[in-house]
Amino acid sequence: MTTSVITNVDTTGLSRPGWFSRALAGNALPVLIVSIAIIIVWYAATIYMNATMQVDQFERAEQEWSYGELVAGTMSQERPLLPAPHQVIAEMTKTIFGKKITSKRSLVYHSWVTLSSTLLGFAAGGLLGVLLATGIVHSKALEKSLLPWIISSQTIPILAIAPMVIVVLGAVGFKGLVPKAMISMYLGFFPVAISMVKGLRSPDVLQMDLLRTYNASRIQVFGLLRWPSSMPFLFASLKIAVAISLIGSIVGELPTGAQAGLGARLLAGSYYGQTIQIWSALFMAAFLSACLVGLIGVVERIVLHRMGARQ
Amino acid sequence: MINDGSDHQSVVDIQNLGLTFETTDGPVYALSDVNLQIEQGSFVSFIGPSGCGKTTLLRTIADLETATSGTISVNGVSPHEARMNRAYGYVFQAAALYPWRTVERNVTLPLEVMGLPKKEQKDRAEKYLAMVDLAGFERKFPWQLSGGMQQRVSIARALSFDPALLLMDEPFGALDEIVRDHLNEQLLQLWHKTQKTVVFVTHSIPEAVFLSSRIVVMSPRPGRIIDVIDTDFPHDRTLEFRETPKFLEIAHRVREGLRAGHSYDD
Repeated sequence: MTTSVITNVDTTGLSRPGWFSRALAGNALPVLIVSIAIIIVWYAATIYMNATMQVDQFERAEQEWSYGELVAGTMSQERPLLPAPHQVIAEMTKTIFGKKITSKRSLVYHSWVTLSSTLLGFAAGGLLGVLLATGIVHSKALEKSLLPWIISSQTIPILAIAPMVIVVLGAVGFKGLVPKAMISMYLGFFPVAISMVKGLRSPDVLQMDLLRTYNASRIQVFGLLRWPSSMPFLFASLKIAVAISLIGSIVGELPTGAQAGLGARLLAGSYYGQTIQIWSALFMAAFLSACLVGLIGVVERIVLHRMGARQ
Repeated sequence: MINDGSDHQSVVDIQNLGLTFETTDGPVYALSDVNLQIEQGSFVSFIGPSGCGKTTLLRTIADLETATSGTISVNGVSPHEARMNRAYGYVFQAAALYPWRTVERNVTLPLEVMGLPKKEQKDRAEKYLAMVDLAGFERKFPWQLSGGMQQRVSIARALSFDPALLLMDEPFGALDEIVRDHLNEQLLQLWHKTQKTVVFVTHSIPEAVFLSSRIVVMSPRPGRIIDVIDTDFPHDRTLEFRETPKFLEIAHRVREGLRAGHSYDD
């Protein structure tokens, strides 16, 4: 009972300090420091990497230059080796808010193309992973026959498989969303399958024996014990799965000849040396990934809370 | 089933039972030549040092282990059939509550397996939680309860489908002595109230003597029965009974039995 008393005290919030001192006491300060450090390093790298090209540019124009002009110049090139953070932000603002979302120049449009196949592949991969794990947990034969294939499937570089999947599925009439989702699924099912095998086996001997004394069926053991016990494993693996599903979709977009999607933006950007476009697409991908992982984290908290987890 | 004509019928009948575990270091004789009848309505304790097979014997009755020789019947049928008929409620060493289920839903777990109507489940949870003195804790989760309360929930869970036979494997072993004494008293009252047959495993002499109508003293290597002691203590005994000469006499006999059967060379 003491634990619940302590939680009660925590949630009353009667003597809460102000947000600023709370931020200092919590994680905010370290996070802020690290972020600032990264931005400083980035700007320094921008100057360092673009300097040679900027000097060339000045000399070709036979222009006198000061160091101040050099630094300013490294941050305003059209196709820099490394764009400065504010250039990426400007490009993202332009392509996210400045274009109609149906436009091929809109980053929102391309994000949606990638996101839709990510979600489809993630859902299919998650389902496949759970089904495989369920089979493996219930049958020794399935474990022996499936597990080696599941593991060896992930030893093949996805970059080698992706073009084949796209081409083969394209030949039988599947184009666009489905082939990319297949690649997402191919990557996404793995962590779910492996983690759920462990999760579905996580009930202890007593918990299993208990249902045995009730003469419970295998389906009941699954529904009443194995499945609820595996929830923490499921959510942990879904977070990994959704992030690599996104990678799978982007990789799947690379061999399609750069039609649409964040992968296409990356590819087109590298064809034409549009580094700012590449970085914008990268940041968009990272942002999407963070949102998806965060979303699963929220669902996880709600589900585990309803399952009585300690806060 | 052998019925000796008395009005007490054997709920559990064990003849020449043996159980050997095959291990890589050779066979381990967990149980050897065990003969025992457990009559309806009795409270039988298995007591002995670790490794004497008392838990194995209980698990064999419950069909959680399978005997390698001899015969055993529960309610006149094999332990397997008895388990299929849900003939017994089992209380484990640990409460083994499902942490994601509330106290109430832990108690209704067997009822859910058996497919009882929701209303009936709720009523029974209420009834048996009240019986173990936990009314009002329905909506709590197991981690919000003390160890003793958790074990009481697990007893309510075992009682919820009203089995005639209750198998208890050192249910209070992990609890401190004060809580254990209190629960012993409660369990005794419960036994009188419900008229169930209880088979109780323990390694505590006072616990065994205080609770039992029959004490089965066991000894290890191989696990076997070395003494069976019947008691006829007053039904309304309280903890103070443990200071009476009658109690001490039986406790002494149990201790002697344990001493005789136990080799101190290890």
